[in-house]
Amino acid sequence: MRLSPVFALTAAILAGSLGFIPEPVGAVHRDGKADVRQYQLDNGMKILVKEDHRAPVVVSQVWYKVGSSYEHNGITGVSHVLEHMMFKGTKTLGPNEFSKIISANGGRENAFTGRDYTAYFQRMHKDRIEVSFRLEADRMRNLTLPEEEFAKEVKVVMEERRLRTEDKPTSLTYEQFSAAAYQTSPYHHPVIGWMDDLMSMENDDLKAWYERWYSPANATLVVVGDVEADKVYRLAKKHFGPLTGPAVKPVKPQREVKQRGERRIKVRAEAEVPYLLMGYKVPVLKTVEDSNEAYALEMLAGVLDGGSSARLSRELVRGKQIAVSAGAGYDMYNRIDSLFLFDGRPANGHTIEDVEKAIREQVEGVRTTLATQDELDRIKAQVVAAKVYELDSVFYQAMQIGTLETVGLDHSLLDEYVDRIRAVTPEQIQAVAKKYLVDDGLTVAVLEPLNKNQHDQLPASEKGDSNAK
Amino acid sequence: MRNNLMNSFLGLLFFVSSAHAGPTIEQWQTTNGARVFYVNAPQLPIVDVRVVFDAGSARDGDKPGLAGLTSSLLDEGTGTLGPDQVAEQFEGVGAQYGADSLRDMAVASVRSLTDKPILDKALNLFSDVVAKPGFPEKSYERNRQAMLVGLQVESKQPNSIASKTFYKQVFQGHPYSIHGAGTEASLNAMTLQDVKDFHKRYYVASNAVIAIVGAVSRSEAETMANRVSRDLAKGERAVKLATVPALEKAVNKRIQHTSQQTHILVGQPGMHRGDPDYVTLYVGNHILGGSGLVSRLSDHIREQRGLAYSAYSYFLPMREDGPFIMGLQTKNDQADEALKILNKVLNDYITKGPTADELKRSKQNITGGFALRIDSNKKITEYVAMIGFYGLPLDYLDTFNSRVEAVTLSDIKDAFKRRVHPDRLVTVMVGNGK
Repeated sequence: MRLSPVFALTAAILAGSLGFIPEPVGAVHRDGKADVRQYQLDNGMKILVKEDHRAPVVVSQVWYKVGSSYEHNGITGVSHVLEHMMFKGTKTLGPNEFSKIISANGGRENAFTGRDYTAYFQRMHKDRIEVSFRLEADRMRNLTLPEEEFAKEVKVVMEERRLRTEDKPTSLTYEQFSAAAYQTSPYHHPVIGWMDDLMSMENDDLKAWYERWYSPANATLVVVGDVEADKVYRLAKKHFGPLTGPAVKPVKPQREVKQRGERRIKVRAEAEVPYLLMGYKVPVLKTVEDSNEAYALEMLAGVLDGGSSARLSRELVRGKQIAVSAGAGYDMYNRIDSLFLFDGRPANGHTIEDVEKAIREQVEGVRTTLATQDELDRIKAQVVAAKVYELDSVFYQAMQIGTLETVGLDHSLLDEYVDRIRAVTPEQIQAVAKKYLVDDGLTVAVLEPLNKNQHDQLPASEKGDSNAK
Repeated sequence: MRNNLMNSFLGLLFFVSSAHAGPTIEQWQTTNGARVFYVNAPQLPIVDVRVVFDAGSARDGDKPGLAGLTSSLLDEGTGTLGPDQVAEQFEGVGAQYGADSLRDMAVASVRSLTDKPILDKALNLFSDVVAKPGFPEKSYERNRQAMLVGLQVESKQPNSIASKTFYKQVFQGHPYSIHGAGTEASLNAMTLQDVKDFHKRYYVASNAVIAIVGAVSRSEAETMANRVSRDLAKGERAVKLATVPALEKAVNKRIQHTSQQTHILVGQPGMHRGDPDYVTLYVGNHILGGSGLVSRLSDHIREQRGLAYSAYSYFLPMREDGPFIMGLQTKNDQADEALKILNKVLNDYITKGPTADELKRSKQNITGGFALRIDSNKKITEYVAMIGFYGLPLDYLDTFNSRVEAVTLSDIKDAFKRRVHPDRLVTVMVGNGK
């Protein structure tokens, strides 16, 4: 549920061109039953519309089923670089002209790439929606990928990587942690790609990627706002309907090999304060045999970190004052098996070992004892309220619908969420804790601050100079 | 394709002329002097309450970090409840509490469902937290220590180092030069009594603005405002801040840091809320560096040369002149080149001003996107609190588009010449260390 701030930076989503970070889909969901109208074009493209007439605005998002978890070593980061290049011109538009047109129509736009999706969006006055459709339909099939634009843009992405990862020790830790936790799963590699892969990336890699995945059959259009669903459909049909594209062969499963024992890594980096990440292998809603387990894992995350009254804040931050921050999180809407995460930073006078020990005690607590009714009631109250609060953001509503559809779940699951959460029992929470929070499936990463002297003795390659071309 | 797109430009002309009104804001004072700003938003069964005190880090005086520490301690207990109970009670009704400390403002906020028992509980607790925080010794010490850890973390972050240095140089001794995170020395010298005194002086009704937005009637909002302010002392408004002095000369600070990128910040004192040049400088900056990928800075630095992921500029208007900031980050060996281009773009802009086409497009973006500024209760609440806090006219949003439309090329050129001085810029570069 609630995670320490670092996850906001390092989690599965990489915002696109403007540095915009969309809210990740959290643990709580709108009710709004049967509000989403669904259509499909002959070319396979899906259209989902939710009317929301509070303000004369609309958000339009095109989601593609492709992201870093579709990539293999050697081309990591290609989905994200391609996302950048989607603004660099089509057969009829010059580089950056897309953005200029949206801007001059009063729009806000961007794109984001995650492990399981690449998505493009515009927020506009409701009268402008056709501009969005026309431009998105154009770049779905008519991208030109000019060589000289690619050469500049891949450098922009390297700067993005330096900004978000190379110079951020907690992000570096998260990246190395994921690479250690996942061995055969494509969640192994970072969304932005390894620097070495970015340096050797070629425009042809992008061309192949675009040909393979940017087809109407692999896309979902999500529209939320002050619109009429049938009109949106007709307009979408006009612009996206004529597009043709290849049928898309599903990506190979690349299931994670069974973990057979705890793994530990150290990340030594220029930092002042140590940082801890722990992750246990868990299934997600898409992969789990009994879906109750996924909802029980959500509740487990709530018991540990569903707000300031939950156990980690209460006991580690306030009570024993071992950590300045401590978080737990689970995202059941991933496409493939994932991790139940913990993170923390020690308070003054405490070590990273103290934090790990305290988190392990919390894990032991949920494995051996039942959550109290008070705890469950508080989480449920928050879930019910948050479901209403979410309706204040058309963007967030669209994000949720798009995420579910793109990982292969039915968006109507959003309607069930509150009832499914309400139905979770303390016994079910304990059962998933016992089953999944086990050492054999655990990976631990510690960010170890590098003091100045040690740093000076490192070879140049470890100082990051190797990234210079 | 292009022709069709041109048609949508033409369509925009009609679209822009249909004026957009902002929300209807009602205003009154509680009996003890808190200023209340209320918007009825009946569509969703929720309400947002945002209380803003003139109690940001500009009021830290010789104790940097005091405003931030005070703000962080509000929900650590009331006279009768401990920190765990406060958290339990907010979360037990699904209410979302928040507190923030900026340079001008100390903000406390709560969002709740409007079901009466829920709202009553959330609002009573919120009111107690704001007016009668318990300030337990244990919480004080923990949060003070947490701020010290925060300083350690920031000490290795090139963006934090750059920002702190920039504000220090731009605001030379003015209260805006204070960084809200404090310093190790000031946090070590601080006492719990300092926090209590700060709260007593600044968290008072005369110094407060209460914004209420949601599905509550005017009379319900009056009751809510009275509840929030009931236990606040009348007190006095904070004294007027000193005017921000102009810089007398250029300042260059290069700080060695072991990051791969150099973070560059360039700027000077800019403008304030209610500034006569506000709209002109806002529109002018939109073209220069405030419109994302289509701005001049982004075009020259990112689009044309691939030098940075983000290159931007903005004015941050505050009670007194806030900063004008241009910024980018680029790998160390490109930093000098990028800085040169940044300065050249600014100089060209001041000398020649924008083109007619640029101005037209920026106006289209700003006015055409007006509805997006106020498309949620959350955004409306922030606007209303801002309007109230800075004493802007209640029709600020209603007249926004027409004021933007009225800006001319020569207005922008004139305002930038008068207000931005390329010979007196603060330039901060952090990076390139061994």
